[in-house]
Amino acid sequence: MPSKRKGLLEALREMPNDSSTKTLLVTLAVTSVCALLVSTAAVLLRPVQLAHQEREREEQILGIASRLPGIEQLMGTIEAPRLESRLIELETGRVIESGSAADYDLLLAASDPRQSVELPPDEDIAGIQRRALFAPVHLLMQEDEVKLYILPVYGSGYASTLQGYLALAEDGNTVAALTFYQHKETPGIGTRIDRPEWRSQWQGKKVRDEEGRLRIDIAAGTVPDSSPEAAYRVDGITGATRTTRGVANLVRFWLGDYGYGPYLARVRSAAAPDAGASP
Amino acid sequence: MKTENKRVLWEPILEQNPIATYILGICSALAVTTALDTALVMAAAVTAVLACSSTAISLIRNHVSRSTRIIVQITIIATLVILVDQVLQAYLYAISKRLSVFVGLIVTNCIVLGRAESFAMRHPVGVSFLDGVGNGLGYSSVLLLVALVRETLGSGTLLGLPLFAPAEQGGWFVPNAFLLLPPSAFFLIGILIWGLRSWKRRQVEEAEFRIVGVEDMGWS
Repeated sequence: MPSKRKGLLEALREMPNDSSTKTLLVTLAVTSVCALLVSTAAVLLRPVQLAHQEREREEQILGIASRLPGIEQLMGTIEAPRLESRLIELETGRVIESGSAADYDLLLAASDPRQSVELPPDEDIAGIQRRALFAPVHLLMQEDEVKLYILPVYGSGYASTLQGYLALAEDGNTVAALTFYQHKETPGIGTRIDRPEWRSQWQGKKVRDEEGRLRIDIAAGTVPDSSPEAAYRVDGITGATRTTRGVANLVRFWLGDYGYGPYLARVRSAAAPDAGASP
Repeated sequence: MKTENKRVLWEPILEQNPIATYILGICSALAVTTALDTALVMAAAVTAVLACSSTAISLIRNHVSRSTRIIVQITIIATLVILVDQVLQAYLYAISKRLSVFVGLIVTNCIVLGRAESFAMRHPVGVSFLDGVGNGLGYSSVLLLVALVRETLGSGTLLGLPLFAPAEQGGWFVPNAFLLLPPSAFFLIGILIWGLRSWKRRQVEEAEFRIVGVEDMGWS
């Protein structure tokens, strides 16, 4: 009824501003209009914003991939490289088809008790206490073949948590690169892990031997090429023992049974069905 | 346009500049002025918020109780800031990432609440809108000036395009990295205020206290 409506508005207009009723009604009206505006904008603009975020994440991973040492040659040999992300269940190594890997934060999930498991102290060589149930794996693809497995890794160094990516070649057993995008190790000493000379040593190192034992590690000093260990060992950095130990431990952790081990076992048996006959 | 309206619109640029005369909104002026493009977007965002908030608050000025008026004003300002932030995230994503929290912090920009409380609450809609735009322009002019100096001398670029040949690539220009640090904006704004007050003596405030010298302490 328009006449009654008008009457209400009229009454409201004549009410003193400081009366409780009018204060409440005016505040309610203002907040309702504001809420409507904010929610409309949020809903309407969401798809556009998400598209930007998605593109940015893709660029970020491709950017990291392109910074991996020695990757240019590899990228050069791959025609039309494409990046795909998968979410995997770490314990079983299963790919979770329904999960979205793109916005999965490994470190954030590890801090949530419902999304992570506590590690037995003996197995927690990376010094991370808890580990997420799932992890994202980024695959550099050419057509339908995986050329590179890019695994996010992290662990304790000397002064900080090292965060980076470990890239494995298509066999899932050869290191293509190791790089850290964030750490706060001692400048000039621990930061030598960022030097290209040292990082490039990782390229081509084998993760496991024929019997499937985890062999990759950092040696205390220099490893002679003639040594049988040479295929699995990276030289340590003099003076940065704690940092390099941290790197070795986190690499071994994430490649081991509590890390991507189960997933990589699946990758290896798929890559060489005859060698890994046992299911 | 009436002279009164003209005054409301143009005075905040030189005579009553919110940053230079009233020293408001300094925080964002330090943070977003390392490059001209971020300063431009920030200036446009603040001007839009100011114009709309002054208009909206002036519209309801006769029906807001004295006790809740600040809450109502902040609600309106916060809504407008969220709208601006959402639009920037959707259509100027790269710049909105560089502006990061500073768009959201427009809510706490004293200029916006200051104009709402001291002007829009007591003036009609039209002139309040002009006051909002005028103060936005005043804020923008300082921001753009500071950003112009910081980007050209700090990075040797203008709107991201190379302006001077940098020494690293065989040119003559050595970028002054200090200008990219927040304190440099303090110095620039300080120099600006000094210059403005030397020119427009009316803006000089009376000293509220005297700095105690060594002789006052009886040590000399």
